[in-house]
Amino acid sequence: MNDAIVVEGLVKRFGATTALDGVDLTVAEGSVLGLLGPNGAGKTTVVRILTTLLAADEGRAEVAGLDVVRDADAVRAAIGLTGQYAAVDEYLTGFENLEMVGRLYRLPKAEARTRAGELLERFDLVDAANRPAKTYSGGMRRRLDIAASLINRPRVLFLDEPTTGLDPRSRLAMWEFIAELADGGTTILLTTQYLEEADRLADRMVVIDRGQVIARGTADELKAQVGGERLEFTVTDAAALPGMVEALRPLGVDEPNVDVASRRFSMPVSGGADVLAEALRRLDGATAQIFDIGLRRPDLDDVFLALTGHAAEEVGTDHEQPAEPAVTGGVR
Amino acid sequence: MSSLAATLSDSAVITKRNLIKVKRVPDLIVFATLSPIMFVLLFRYVFGGAINLPPGINYAEFLLPGIFAQTVVFGSTVTGASIAEDLQKGLIDRFRSLPMSRAAVLIGRTVADAGLNVISITVMALTGLAVGWRINSSVVEALGGFLLLLVFAYAISWLMALVGLLVRTPEVVNNASFMVIFPLTFASNAFVPLESFPSVLRTFAEWNPVSTVVQGARELFGNTVPGAPVPDAWPLQNPVLYTLLWTAVILAVFVPLSVRVYRRTAAR
Repeated sequence: MNDAIVVEGLVKRFGATTALDGVDLTVAEGSVLGLLGPNGAGKTTVVRILTTLLAADEGRAEVAGLDVVRDADAVRAAIGLTGQYAAVDEYLTGFENLEMVGRLYRLPKAEARTRAGELLERFDLVDAANRPAKTYSGGMRRRLDIAASLINRPRVLFLDEPTTGLDPRSRLAMWEFIAELADGGTTILLTTQYLEEADRLADRMVVIDRGQVIARGTADELKAQVGGERLEFTVTDAAALPGMVEALRPLGVDEPNVDVASRRFSMPVSGGADVLAEALRRLDGATAQIFDIGLRRPDLDDVFLALTGHAAEEVGTDHEQPAEPAVTGGVR
Repeated sequence: MSSLAATLSDSAVITKRNLIKVKRVPDLIVFATLSPIMFVLLFRYVFGGAINLPPGINYAEFLLPGIFAQTVVFGSTVTGASIAEDLQKGLIDRFRSLPMSRAAVLIGRTVADAGLNVISITVMALTGLAVGWRINSSVVEALGGFLLLLVFAYAISWLMALVGLLVRTPEVVNNASFMVIFPLTFASNAFVPLESFPSVLRTFAEWNPVSTVVQGARELFGNTVPGAPVPDAWPLQNPVLYTLLWTAVILAVFVPLSVRVYRRTAAR
């Protein structure tokens, strides 16, 4: 399969700060790439270069087989962009916004109008079609923004933090729309700070931090880098723990980690549900003491913490969304 | 589509978009016209009696071309604030990611703002007629007078477009342009005859293009005293030519410069 996006050795400096320090990545046609990283990592700079808004200082980039500098206009005709802030004209109605963008893609008037109607329907905005976008909720604006970026049926779509600032319900709806687009064969580059979002939507991921790629692969590959699954439980009485540790130690692939203060037991294992069943059998007689037992697979928050030494959300973000606490001492 | 036709078509789309905003936010028009009306009334009735004019002309006739010039020049600062607002809201990013003409956003903006100026000048002319202003020339000359005002303001719009692209905050654009436009319009012959100015200021005012726009408009509306001497500074002797020269120079510098900056401007 061809690559719809090819990025080689991208460097971008803003004055003394280096925003991108040699980024390489490729996105296969028809796939979704999640570009992950904390605020300020350089995600948006990558998107700006790929969408011809910004010129790189070094390196080169191709989108849909076209060089983003030499063939900038042809690139613009082949892509759609939804930026971090819904770029809709708030005084225009939803319909007028889409019609305007269609006209600027040089669609004939009738086609621009037809396309606007189709997209309003697809993004659940028919009822609001003739209201100025000023009256739209945040979720509706984002949907209108994405609809605008789809007017020209782009081969490659760039979504820069498409759900930042949305409430959970709008976020779920947005995920469904994005998944639908991906199923339809559109190549998508998606930047996000939400690891759950990438996990859910992206085929492959590239993690960047301070302008450099620090990891890449599928969600499973990234998780495997951090370690496999863990058996975890909490007991009602810490006094029961030592006996349990003895009983369970043989099942682990590494030493168990016991936190007496929070009465928590955690141990790397392999073997899936069978291990859990075996553990419960060995704890027979003491199970009354246990609540919250389970196998926990590392999520991308663990991955991020392991790769960067800090949680995804802690660096200069204004989103109050504490990352799930990582397993105590479970990550090297 | 040829590239010229494409630029025109894109510019028309953007102009339409900007005019829709004027329609949806009537406050814009109300305030764009209220303050000139207020100026007309204040100057006409508060200062009108205190300002010495050559015999043979009333203050309303002297004043109106000055108010016209001040208003359209102020009106053109809207361009800068609107461009800054579009930048802030990410709309310029969207436009720049589209395969559209690189000049269309600025052309559409300046043309729409010229449209706003047409509206304010109409309202002011009607107010002026109500307080004693008269056109004492032919229809063709009078139209020439309005055109001179609008063309000069259009050039200022392009200068303000560059300010908007560089400053990026609508409020700052407004304050910054006020600092420049206010002295430029007051240190001119717009409200008082230049004879009363101290000499250095008077020389500045004589070469100030706002003075020549006003002088040119007065002549074209027939609001000068026939036979009264004009200051012998060359600009005021040839106000229309001098104004058009300024207009041409401003456009020749700021159209390419603004488009060039626009091509490289991204939000934040």
